[in-house]
Amino acid sequence: MGKTLTEKIFETHEIDKPDEKTRVLTLDAVFCHEITTPIAINDLISRGKDRVFDPEKIKAVIDHVTPAKDTKTAAQGKIMREWARRHNIRDFFDIGRNGVCHALFPEQGFVRPGYTIIMGDSHTCTHGAFGAFAAGVGTTDLEVGILKGVCAFRMPETMKIEVTGTLPEGVYAKDVILKIIGELGVNGATNKVIEFTGPIVDAMSMEARMTLSNMAVEAGATSGIIMPDETTVDYLWPYIKDDFENKETALAEYRRWISDEDAAYADELHIDVSSLEPLVTVGYKPDNIKTVREAEGTVVDQVYIGSCTNGRIEDLREAARVLAGRKIADSVRGILSPATPSVYSKALEEGIIKIFMDSGFVVTNPTCGACLGMSNGVLAPGEVAASTTNRNFNGRMGKGGMVHLMSPATAAATAVAGHITNAPAAGEQGATNEKF
Amino acid sequence: MKNFNGRVLFLDRSDINTDEIIPAKYLTEISKEALAPHLLEDLELEGFTPGKDTEGISIIVTRENFGSGSSREHAPWALEMNGINMVVAVNFARIFRQNMFNGGMLAVELDPETIEELFQAFAGTECTGKTDFEKGTITFHTENGPAGSAVERTVSFDLYDFQRELIRAGGWVEYADSRY
Repeated sequence: MGKTLTEKIFETHEIDKPDEKTRVLTLDAVFCHEITTPIAINDLISRGKDRVFDPEKIKAVIDHVTPAKDTKTAAQGKIMREWARRHNIRDFFDIGRNGVCHALFPEQGFVRPGYTIIMGDSHTCTHGAFGAFAAGVGTTDLEVGILKGVCAFRMPETMKIEVTGTLPEGVYAKDVILKIIGELGVNGATNKVIEFTGPIVDAMSMEARMTLSNMAVEAGATSGIIMPDETTVDYLWPYIKDDFENKETALAEYRRWISDEDAAYADELHIDVSSLEPLVTVGYKPDNIKTVREAEGTVVDQVYIGSCTNGRIEDLREAARVLAGRKIADSVRGILSPATPSVYSKALEEGIIKIFMDSGFVVTNPTCGACLGMSNGVLAPGEVAASTTNRNFNGRMGKGGMVHLMSPATAAATAVAGHITNAPAAGEQGATNEKF
Repeated sequence: MKNFNGRVLFLDRSDINTDEIIPAKYLTEISKEALAPHLLEDLELEGFTPGKDTEGISIIVTRENFGSGSSREHAPWALEMNGINMVVAVNFARIFRQNMFNGGMLAVELDPETIEELFQAFAGTECTGKTDFEKGTITFHTENGPAGSAVERTVSFDLYDFQRELIRAGGWVEYADSRY
């Protein structure tokens, strides 16, 4: 019997087996942000164990509320900053270099095939896009990870999702993952990892793959895994070029993690995307999905483009194609938060920031803020947002607010119309320019 | 070991998520105590009044997929700071369940039929639960059951060895620190 990628990673990282189903794994990286880490740091201090297992393997960022909005968030940042300095954590990203963790850390080359990674953040599943086992954990798991470099997991089963067909124009990775979550339900993949496979996934960029993996947790999955291939190696090459003779040898090394042909899967799901339309969520659960056409006309007060789901350069290009030469509705507050400084900088170079600004968007610094109603775009009770983020829970972007999740293209079209609507097809009136 | 006995609150909904258990705006707190007044603040559920209905409660019984969403351990902490160390459900979101055990708290999974029976017999009554951790049982009791008379029901639950060890050790930090 062959093994899945996850089984291979578990086997090579296991240091203890507390019972039949539980494995304690060594960690290749522990990621930290300022919301869930300070309490772990303070607890370690109070236990007299203010140590880190390996400062090279700890990566930290202030991203949720940055710049600080009040005394409390300033204090969280201060705890992180002083801790990073005290323990010589070199990969610490503060104002000027900081960005949304799940966009920033891959961009820095910190995620590699075969790695085990934890973070005190449920969207850590994003990094599975590189063929890593990456899982969100709570503060106690994070604390032990920081101190000992280990974490316990119940051995997950693997669910294989094969995405086939031809992706219609104007339909994106976000629509594909919304479709999948709609099929699975919000706990359809609980205690499982999802393997996204098939020609559609193979053809996706790393950015699009991260959009898929990012939302695996919205179906309850521990991680959303994609097999490493040429695309993975190309993306990582600037960071690994000294470790390998050439890209082929890198790929050969990474391919050993790939699930065997005869690996056992708990479930398999096939999705043909050939007739998929752009989708939106319409309630307080991410599995509550409708087509944009069905939700057409729903009036929105705010449009938010950004986050670890859709704040990368391709997402901004996708939205800019719709916004170029157009103005957003007077009734809409448009907010763009490029996910990282490098995304921001690239968007400036490509003229994308100007397109957003000319259309009436405000451009904020990279931060998670608005996605979870912490800063930079909180909704008032009764307000409605169109958002490229990943969660639409009641109160998520502000108490009493409603969030409709969608792709950047749909969000941009919605901003222009003032209500939920499809982006115009290429060649249609109002559609532009193949510049991006 | 923490206390797993006392009054029971029934929350009749699936997919109660961590944003409902403790909204993100309170994640700027760096002490667990500060979370206490905000437990289940955003839960909109008929007949449930946040603050008032969790007073004096020690155990929550609910439906499926409790604790979905964010990884925030603030969710179990908000429960703990209100004296609630035990949640009984059909199943839990993975991270929430692990967070419970990591803090020495109990997340007990029972089959949907048993949960339904508990709701039928005890929801809306003055119900108490008594846990025998070593035997793996909880005894639910009410003086004023649906028929007006006292009702008692004992249910068994299974835990993995690792989960039992975490409860005995008082949590994962203690467990891991003594072994790795």
